[in-house]
Amino acid sequence: MSPQNSDNHVLQAQGLCKDFPRKGQAPTQALIDVSLAVQAGMITGLVGSDGAGKTTLLRLAAGLLLPTRGQIRVLNLDCAHQSIEIQSRVGYMPQQFGLYQDLTVQENLDLFADLQGVPKNIRPQRYARLLEMTDLAPFTGRRAGKLSGGMKQKLGLACALIKSPQMLLLDEPTVGVDPVSRRDLWDIVAQLVSEDGIGVLIATSYLDEADRCHRLVVLQNGKVLAQGNPEEFHEKVRGRVYRFTPNRPEEIRLLQATLAARNDVLDAAIRSGRVRCVINSVSASELLPKTDFKQIESCEPNFEDAFMALAPHPRVEFLPDQTNEKPQVAQDIVVKARNLKKTFGDFTAVSGINFDVQRGRIFGLLGPNGAGKTTTFRMLCGLTSVSDGEISVAGHNLRRSRARARADLGYMAQAFSLYRQLSVHSNLEFYGRSYGLHGKRLEQRIDWALDEFELRERRNLPAGDLPGGFKQRLAMATAMLHEPAILFLDEPTSGADPLARREFWLRINGFAQQGVTVIVTTHFMEEAEYCDHLMIMSHGTDLAQGTPDAIRQLARTPDTPDPTIEDAFIALAEGRTMNLSGKAS
Amino acid sequence: MYVLRRIMALIKKEFMVILRDPKSRFVVIGPPLIQFFFFGYAATFDVTNVRYALLDQDRTSLSRELAADFSGSENFQLVRYLNSIQEIDDAIDSQDVRIVIHIEENFTKKLLTDSAATVQVIADGRNSNVASVALGYAENIISKFNQDQLSGGGSDPSKIFLSIDDRAWFNSNLLSRWYIVAPLGGTISMVIVMILTSLSVAREREFGTFDQLLVAPFTPGEILLAKSLPGIIFGLIDSMLLVAGSVWWFGLPFKGSIIALVLIMTLFMISIVGIGLLVSSLSMTMQQALLGSFAFIMPAVVLSGFTTPIENMPQWLQTGTLANPLRYIVTALRWIFLEGAGIADVWPQMWPLMIIAALTLPPAAWLFRHRVG
Repeated sequence: MSPQNSDNHVLQAQGLCKDFPRKGQAPTQALIDVSLAVQAGMITGLVGSDGAGKTTLLRLAAGLLLPTRGQIRVLNLDCAHQSIEIQSRVGYMPQQFGLYQDLTVQENLDLFADLQGVPKNIRPQRYARLLEMTDLAPFTGRRAGKLSGGMKQKLGLACALIKSPQMLLLDEPTVGVDPVSRRDLWDIVAQLVSEDGIGVLIATSYLDEADRCHRLVVLQNGKVLAQGNPEEFHEKVRGRVYRFTPNRPEEIRLLQATLAARNDVLDAAIRSGRVRCVINSVSASELLPKTDFKQIESCEPNFEDAFMALAPHPRVEFLPDQTNEKPQVAQDIVVKARNLKKTFGDFTAVSGINFDVQRGRIFGLLGPNGAGKTTTFRMLCGLTSVSDGEISVAGHNLRRSRARARADLGYMAQAFSLYRQLSVHSNLEFYGRSYGLHGKRLEQRIDWALDEFELRERRNLPAGDLPGGFKQRLAMATAMLHEPAILFLDEPTSGADPLARREFWLRINGFAQQGVTVIVTTHFMEEAEYCDHLMIMSHGTDLAQGTPDAIRQLARTPDTPDPTIEDAFIALAEGRTMNLSGKAS
Repeated sequence: MYVLRRIMALIKKEFMVILRDPKSRFVVIGPPLIQFFFFGYAATFDVTNVRYALLDQDRTSLSRELAADFSGSENFQLVRYLNSIQEIDDAIDSQDVRIVIHIEENFTKKLLTDSAATVQVIADGRNSNVASVALGYAENIISKFNQDQLSGGGSDPSKIFLSIDDRAWFNSNLLSRWYIVAPLGGTISMVIVMILTSLSVAREREFGTFDQLLVAPFTPGEILLAKSLPGIIFGLIDSMLLVAGSVWWFGLPFKGSIIALVLIMTLFMISIVGIGLLVSSLSMTMQQALLGSFAFIMPAVVLSGFTTPIENMPQWLQTGTLANPLRYIVTALRWIFLEGAGIADVWPQMWPLMIIAALTLPPAAWLFRHRVG
């Protein structure tokens, strides 16, 4: 960052501010006095929760927005006035890259080469390199719409790279992408940086990716909260990161909830069957009585630890009732699927999967976008017809059963699906009444929801005007209002920031402790750790099923003695597991 | 009781969704009133101030008398005098005038010698509607002139007949507004109800709220009922408002039965809601729903007899109009307003509407759950 090597800078921002006007209100300040630099030959990560200002910053850099105040220069060009020049020298990949779904891979490449004015004579070698990097060479004749999520992102990246940019701006390129493709995408970026020496600015909300960057900028509410290289971040929490091993694997969520409720604990997350904590005080051993856990060990910090310690935490208490009457007699099976199939025309979305969910358990459907999770989920809820096989939810097939059979169900959709123009209170009231609540009982439950989800202050606001995190809370509150026995959650944490995701899982945990059966889909592999039982899906089939512990065991090798679920997924997807006994267990 | 409460909650929600939004609130009341006045004033067959040129080659007191009849009429406006036949072409071609009145040289002489005198009226046929109406007016004036001459001079009964024909034409001018305004209440509220209901399911699908409804313990029938009511209620309010406006503002006679009016209007709204919900259930987005409803609205209006009589259409198309709900309400409203029809009289227009509703509502409800997304 020192001025002498500023020649090396591909991006410089000084006192950058961006306001978005709002009707009848003060403008939204998306960026407030942001100063940062991106160097050539380095990957600079832009980390922050949803709405932190990452996308705004990238769009300013690409010359797509004008700054309200301050200056931003890319390749020594002013983004405000020389945007055409910048756009011809910078590769920008927005979150939804504009691929033409009906064109083939090759046609998309040709189109973007034409748009960018890439000379015809250098195209063959350029295509060859990009196709080789992205492993898309065998698929040049396939329509973009028929590619998997990961392949689409790779093609998007290839199109952004088509004119050999001097700088690359990437906006969350790996969201919803399967772990294998995610790793590939990072490898491509790393290769570009080391071979071509270009500068990369990449926004991400996956904290584990941050450790692959050379420099990191943490944004929070439009301000730069911290910046430095990963090691500098690690140093901030060194010696304060511990992991607790529970006495029994089943007790892990209780241990996490107990730790998360402690004032000295800045963060508690379940990782590889242990609770990983960042603590404030030095004496970790005094946190809990020795009998509450089996083992405690100090561990090497990573960026996620530092980030969680950095972000101001709202303290949430979700300690389950100490009565803890979680029925061990929970042998009754609430949800059953046998040889479940779903085809759309000649496309098979789900091909013959089997699973059981026991009462009071958290069942996770894991997999990348397009793996068939949501289709399976919608079949369970009766929203999509079943092509073949059998399904039973609390003894019913919800598609054919009477309406009353749905009364015991709570449902939270992937996208916010409440009435935006109705107030928080009206939404709660409507959904309460639709499940037969009325009078005093309805009032009690609405009061509970407003308090439990901290919505009371905002109860008269139209639901559509709620900030993102509160929308998610309201959706969950409506799903839980009638105290359902089974809770269906479709990608509840997608788009939520890391803090909100922690909070969310603590709540789910609490409900499960009360005996609610939870079925949840997610594309965040690490969230599998919060489930009792999970099924990993890929291309409509189940790669593996079992407890998180059993799944991790599948990927255990001498090289990786302590694998994560993500490691397991990659191993499974590449067929490297020694033993597939986890499948259909 | 449990079911009733649940349905009430659903109905209340449907009304709130429309009434909470200032835009939908306006759509329900604003455009219908605006369109009502536009149609009421603009969509009339009456033609006034037709620009014409006069070529009087006779130049006698009698020919001037006839010319005065034209210039004195409020239907015509004299813009130019021509001096020769050669000028006629130019006057019409330049669109300077719509018609040319040509009084031939020996007009008076022929008239007085009782041989046939001719007045040539040349109309610009490019706007055939204006041309034919203007020719009609011209015919009136000439006939009237004829009659005046006859009553002053000799008598020829065959020419007095012309004057009776003349009167029928005059009445027609007044009826043209009645003819258009009487069915306006049905036509305009159909557009609103169609848009309102076609958006209702599609909006919920687009925003994902429909899934949330489908997993709640509602039956498709309950959802159908709740989705239909706002359309029916707002449609009735709109149409009654426009009927009142027809009577109090445009001064139409209301000779028929109010009960018949309310009854057939309700049936009409139910049939439109059926079509609207069917379109909505088939659509995944609001855009598709809007395109779908316009694909219905335009043909429905053209094939309803609202502006052009169904009897003038080819036979196969006339058969096609039997499936058009608007056809029945247009006919019924004219009967009720102008002919004083009661329930028994409009019954032939009622049962087809019931059949249309019975054919559209059940598939709409079935599609709620079975639309493949």
